[in-house]
Amino acid sequence: MKVLIKNGRIVDPASGRDEAGDIAIAAGRIVAIGRVAADFAPNRTIDAAGLVVAPGLVDLAVRLREPGHEHEGMLESEMAAAMAGGVTHLVCPPDTDPPLDEPGLVEMLKFRARNLNHARLYPLGALTRGLKGEALTEMAELTEAGCVAFSQAEAPVRDTLVLHRALQYASTFGYAVWLRPNDPWLGNGVAAKGPLATRMGLSGVPVIAETIALALIFELVRDTKARVHLCRLSSAAGVEMVRAAKAEGLPVSCDVSVHNLHLTDVDIGYFNAAMRVTPPLRQQRDRDALRAALADGTIDALVSDHTPVDEDAKNLPFAEAEPGATGVELLLSLALKWGADSGLPLVKTLATVTQRPVGVMGESLGSLGSSAGCLVEGGLADLCLFDPAAHWQVTPAALRSQGKHTPFAGYELPGRVVATLVGGHVAYEATRG
Amino acid sequence: MLSRRNPQLNAHGELIHLLSIEGLPKAVVTQILDTAGTFLSVNEREVKKVPLLRGKSVFNLFFENSTRTRTTFEIAAKRLSADVINLDIARSSTAKGESLLDTIANLSAMHADMFVVRHSESGAPYLIAQHCAPHVHVVNAGDGRHAHPTQGLLDMYTIRHYKRDFTNLTVAIVGDIVHSRVARSDIHALTTLGVPEIRAVGPKTLVPGDLREMGVRVCHDMAEGIRGADVIIMLRLQNERMSGAMLPSAGEFFKNYGLTPEKLALAKPDAIVMHPGPINRGVEIDSAVADGRQSVILPQVTFGIAVRMAVMSIIAGNNP
Amino acid sequence: MSTLHLDAEALYTDLLAGVRTLLKPDCALVGIWSGGAWLAERLQRDLKLPGEHGVISSALHRDDFGSRGMSGSADHTRLPFEVEGRHVVLIDDVLFTGRTTRAVINELFDFGRPASVTLAVLVDRGGRELPIQPAFSAARIALPRGQRLSLARDEQGHFSFDIEDAA
Repeated sequence: MKVLIKNGRIVDPASGRDEAGDIAIAAGRIVAIGRVAADFAPNRTIDAAGLVVAPGLVDLAVRLREPGHEHEGMLESEMAAAMAGGVTHLVCPPDTDPPLDEPGLVEMLKFRARNLNHARLYPLGALTRGLKGEALTEMAELTEAGCVAFSQAEAPVRDTLVLHRALQYASTFGYAVWLRPNDPWLGNGVAAKGPLATRMGLSGVPVIAETIALALIFELVRDTKARVHLCRLSSAAGVEMVRAAKAEGLPVSCDVSVHNLHLTDVDIGYFNAAMRVTPPLRQQRDRDALRAALADGTIDALVSDHTPVDEDAKNLPFAEAEPGATGVELLLSLALKWGADSGLPLVKTLATVTQRPVGVMGESLGSLGSSAGCLVEGGLADLCLFDPAAHWQVTPAALRSQGKHTPFAGYELPGRVVATLVGGHVAYEATRG
Repeated sequence: MLSRRNPQLNAHGELIHLLSIEGLPKAVVTQILDTAGTFLSVNEREVKKVPLLRGKSVFNLFFENSTRTRTTFEIAAKRLSADVINLDIARSSTAKGESLLDTIANLSAMHADMFVVRHSESGAPYLIAQHCAPHVHVVNAGDGRHAHPTQGLLDMYTIRHYKRDFTNLTVAIVGDIVHSRVARSDIHALTTLGVPEIRAVGPKTLVPGDLREMGVRVCHDMAEGIRGADVIIMLRLQNERMSGAMLPSAGEFFKNYGLTPEKLALAKPDAIVMHPGPINRGVEIDSAVADGRQSVILPQVTFGIAVRMAVMSIIAGNNP
Repeated sequence: MSTLHLDAEALYTDLLAGVRTLLKPDCALVGIWSGGAWLAERLQRDLKLPGEHGVISSALHRDDFGSRGMSGSADHTRLPFEVEGRHVVLIDDVLFTGRTTRAVINELFDFGRPASVTLAVLVDRGGRELPIQPAFSAARIALPRGQRLSLARDEQGHFSFDIEDAA
């Protein structure tokens, strides 16, 4: 199937390209960027006038709830949601039910996802069996089944000895380990520790829960040389520690979620359970530090931290509500909003959700790594076409995800995805109104 | 979540729910105290009943047990001629029973007019107020650590009764403030009514520095906190504090922060001693002080019924 | 502004004479808050009655609580005598629909069982919605429903009338 995308504004962070042009696609690959040969005979032409033609987005944190919620068709709905958000590559954490600690589960998940013909799925394998933090998983087997790295999701490894050994083992084979820096004893509150949590009577997570965990992880990295990716930074102090670690040359990277990038604890309002997320929303200072760090590259990637939560699990008093928010459909718009607020050129804004997340995944992507998150002749035809000037209102009922709870409900956001292509196939197209 | 209108007030600024004292205009707080005065005189009559809530169904929804608070609400509602139904919903953290909102929906289907709610989680009454039918009124009888507004109001009524003018008082709140919904409600009420000096007294584990942002002076030394105070509010110390590694023992707490006659002598000679009850004798307060002439702990209980009658009659008379 | 001129002081003189004829031995004057209370206070003095007059409020027995809500005013009932077996003379400034009187009688009965209740008012403006009749009224006038008539008292204690269009 040959596709011609005409008259678009081609923005590719990896090459720095930001110019008007056409893109020709054949057999699932990009054959020409900019000027297309006159004899190219497309089966389908897409008029991208007024649209940005960008690489398909790469989201490092998307929960699909499978295995575990097969009966609810969650894989289908959440992958469709990713398409609507322009996300063509997604990484899912291992905290499914059961957790992804067996190659068979990973294979089944990849198989199901492949058949849906939507985004490309890169599962994270569990670092320990059952995520219990006790025994190691068969990392080589899991890698062979398709895992790109190993993680504990939100489950802590309480035993430092076990964590040390896990990192040592992973580093033997060059596997990356993704960890959320959160002290298991200090990090159990439901809101960020501070005057607001005190006023509202909510148990607070102090910043030291993050910095103590970071200090621990950095020491283990120094000792084992393991490659570690830190998931979901939340504090200014945490940012400073990562900056110092990178300056020291430690093999670490990190990401931030759209929630911590845009919101603070004040947004909890009158105990709005949609604001119940982990890590918790911190104060203004922290948000400002995270925004600056994403701009200067200290934070490598922006993630949606997509976590669909049942209505029943959210309609509870704040502390009892299940944490998490739907977000994959909002990732692009929230990136654009941050980029515009920070005065960044589009090519730098989009890098946080395309080229830089691919950098985090590194060699684990294998051959796909050379064309994921970028537009290159001969590379995968995974693209996101969006209207940068359009605004849309976040209406939970209209989201494709089954998770209808987002802190951004009612917000008007910039940037509307018009079409998403995966392997040259138009997997999503907005109804042009 | 863009609308930030205080859910307790209707579009005219009238009280339709009582969820927290925070955010209430001073005029509303004063109206409640003034109305409580009327009901205090009613409670002293031969016929202690008025028909204001006649035919209304008031449901006491206590997800956290408390016989004394529930009883005072029951008495208050009955003196307003309401029908009172008590629901003690014992909560177990692993219970897979009916969800909170399903309970509310079922009771609304039985044409409830008012819910008096006590819950162990901060914010629960807000969720209920958001989801119940428009004409139903919600009174927060205590939610987690967040608020206990009727206690705050009756504490203010007590202070006004004995001290008259709020604007030149020094009030000390002593004890486990970080876990206390009573303390938070008291602090909001005192600041709304213009009390210039509010002191939070206790060890660092129970009185964190960020309380300052609520407008209080944090004192970790009891003598400094009590000195020259006009009003001393002692809070109950719960056993969980010892098991949670916040305090070594009740005895050591009493040594440093218990209110004894010697410590009380540091306050003004006409200072009043208050306590939301039930008191732990020998833990936060000495029997000699609890039973002494400066203690107003029992009048607080009497005022409590009048204040609750005031709250219920005011909100019942306002439309959403 | 109304062109109707009501001389409150002159009417008070008539009220005083009228109430004098209603007095029974050991009866109690009770003024309905607020205008009636002022009148009762002066009547108690001018009639040289022993003891104190009572003040009674309709706030707790109003029939419009559901729509108007709890009033914010400071009216409290204060009856410094035993109601049981007493002849009570209720005093009000303006009698209109009769609903305030009904509420006040209910309030009175919460204190005990009076031997009798008699009503004396300064002005009866008609418009009754309940079967309530005063034993004496100093004046009978007709006013449009949309107008409010109420008694005022200045710092020297002189009475006058306020007529306003009701909100």
